[in-house]
Amino acid sequence: MPVISYIDAVNMALREEMERDSNVFILGEDVGKKGGVFKATAGLYEQFGESRVLDTPLAESAIAGVAIGAAMVGKRPVAEMQFADFIMPAVNQIISEAARIRYRSNNDWNCPVVIRAPYGGGIHGALYHSQSVEAIFANQPGLKIVMPSTPYDVKGLLKAAIRDEDPVLFFEHKKAYRLIKGEVPEEDYVLPIGKADVKRKGGDITVITYGLCVHFAMQAAEKLAKEGIETEVVDLRTVYPLDKETMIESAAKTGKVLLITEDNKEGSIISEAAAIIAEHCLFDLDAPIQRLAGPDVPAMPYAPTMEKYFMMNPEKVEKAMRELAEF
Amino acid sequence: MEKRHKALGLEDETVRAMYETMLLARRLDERMWLLNRSGKIPFVVSGQGQEAAQVGAAFALDRDQDYILPYYRDAAIVLSFGMTVKELMLAAFAKAEDPNSGGRQMPGHFGQKKNRIVTGSSPVTTQVPHAVGIALASKMDKKEHVSFVTFGEGSSNQGDFHEGANFAGVHKLPVIFLCENNQYAISVPVDKQLASVNVSDRAIGYGMPGYTIDGNDPLEVYRYVKEAADRARRGEGPTLIEAKMYRLTPHTSDDDDRSYRAADEVEKAKLSDPVALFRTYVKETGILNDEQEQQMEQKIQQIINEATDYAEQAPYPRPEQALNFVYAEAEQEGTL
Repeated sequence: MPVISYIDAVNMALREEMERDSNVFILGEDVGKKGGVFKATAGLYEQFGESRVLDTPLAESAIAGVAIGAAMVGKRPVAEMQFADFIMPAVNQIISEAARIRYRSNNDWNCPVVIRAPYGGGIHGALYHSQSVEAIFANQPGLKIVMPSTPYDVKGLLKAAIRDEDPVLFFEHKKAYRLIKGEVPEEDYVLPIGKADVKRKGGDITVITYGLCVHFAMQAAEKLAKEGIETEVVDLRTVYPLDKETMIESAAKTGKVLLITEDNKEGSIISEAAAIIAEHCLFDLDAPIQRLAGPDVPAMPYAPTMEKYFMMNPEKVEKAMRELAEF
Repeated sequence: MEKRHKALGLEDETVRAMYETMLLARRLDERMWLLNRSGKIPFVVSGQGQEAAQVGAAFALDRDQDYILPYYRDAAIVLSFGMTVKELMLAAFAKAEDPNSGGRQMPGHFGQKKNRIVTGSSPVTTQVPHAVGIALASKMDKKEHVSFVTFGEGSSNQGDFHEGANFAGVHKLPVIFLCENNQYAISVPVDKQLASVNVSDRAIGYGMPGYTIDGNDPLEVYRYVKEAADRARRGEGPTLIEAKMYRLTPHTSDDDDRSYRAADEVEKAKLSDPVALFRTYVKETGILNDEQEQQMEQKIQQIINEATDYAEQAPYPRPEQALNFVYAEAEQEGTL
């Protein structure tokens, strides 16, 4: 099985889906000739032509809105927001429109659009090229939010998102793009949206997280295992709607839960996860539910000192895991 | 009176149908107000004064293949595209059988896939980029259909209007933008909405032709929309048309327009009531005689009466139907 990078898995999934279904097309800023600012769409313009890899005007609400319109009449648009931070002008289109089209029309219309965006920090991107934006959309029934951690999951979940009958936000950790490599089958496969994946089994503590933080947790789990602490790592993969069953099962098993996000703590994905576990697992818990997250400041600063302070890293994760195990 | 419709290639019968649709929309609108004031329906958003532009435009489109993205006053457009009075009445009463939304949305939020009436929301002008996306799909798949989108002059200030119009201009897409300029965005008059004289002045910025026309004349609107549709189908791109008219009613049943506009202004506007003006046209050109007119009114009254009775007695959605259709349900899952 070939080993490829996270971003190559994005590219591979897009290419295969465009080959499979002529209704799939890409639109966004710089996605055409340039192949995207991160090269996620590299080579697709050459292979599929200008009409299916569309460089749009620099206007995010139109990128989302045009994609929504095309999706409503049978196309399978994959819209790219150049950075998740720039999705804000499109929020009305995503929340008031895409999320509600099926519901408000009583199932007469639907909107199978995918909106991809690179998110996350640790790349000297400062406030507006580092943010995690998933929490903004994570109380909007009608939307699905996928945030994969590995190249294998990227390919299977992006294909599933494109084939999904409802709108999917697909957030890719930009630091993972070239940092994270993994085995990816050349053949076609899809992974289920809405299902978490237990990336490592263990009976002492549970770590529930997603995106780049999954790798930090895996590294720490490896270290702690040498000390006899066995960690179960649950990769949410889909952060909305949450896979309650898998979270509850693991929390009940270990009785000690650490939730991790790179996002600000308050009102985050892990806040909801904590509430779900608190509702269902009170008598199984052996320690208070722990949340490890970014500080509650607006966004990640530029200076390397402050960026490092904000950003999640393996050391912070390991420390929190050890403390929980020792509780 | 000169038979202007002949020059447009319109048969007498079509013009009679146009008038009948305008009259039907007006009588239906009047009935909605009665039902609201008698406490039977909670809300009305009105299209009175806008019927000429709506019907003139709808009849200029290909009603068998074009997509329409109406805004909340466009009852006459959706009636022209196959939605029935009964269906509009079901929406007004919020009944389960309402094809627009199954009683989920307020009245005026049209949508009916089988007639290519694209579902809409309340935040204004969000439908403009959708129309552009549908036009993009048409161009990509080399289809013949055009998309037609309407909005008010107030809404034309939204970013989505600008972003959508520019996108359509850049990619030369088959879309028709019709601004129904009824002079008011709730209480705010047009001179507080637009720095330019006309909404159509903006067209040059989007690389498309722009026209300001008499929205009280359905034949004029027909002519411009027909030309825009022909251009679009020839691959020559979008057109912006601004039809000027006057909103004859308050904004909605919850608005009192006496607080912001003078009664004599409204009375004066009624002298140009498009339904009355077009009645004069069809009568004086002999398209409609007295007997036919009487029959038309009776037929319309009967349709509206039957629709009202039906909708009033129709069942509401079951409470737990509020939980359906957030996502595709099992039997409709895609190709996974």
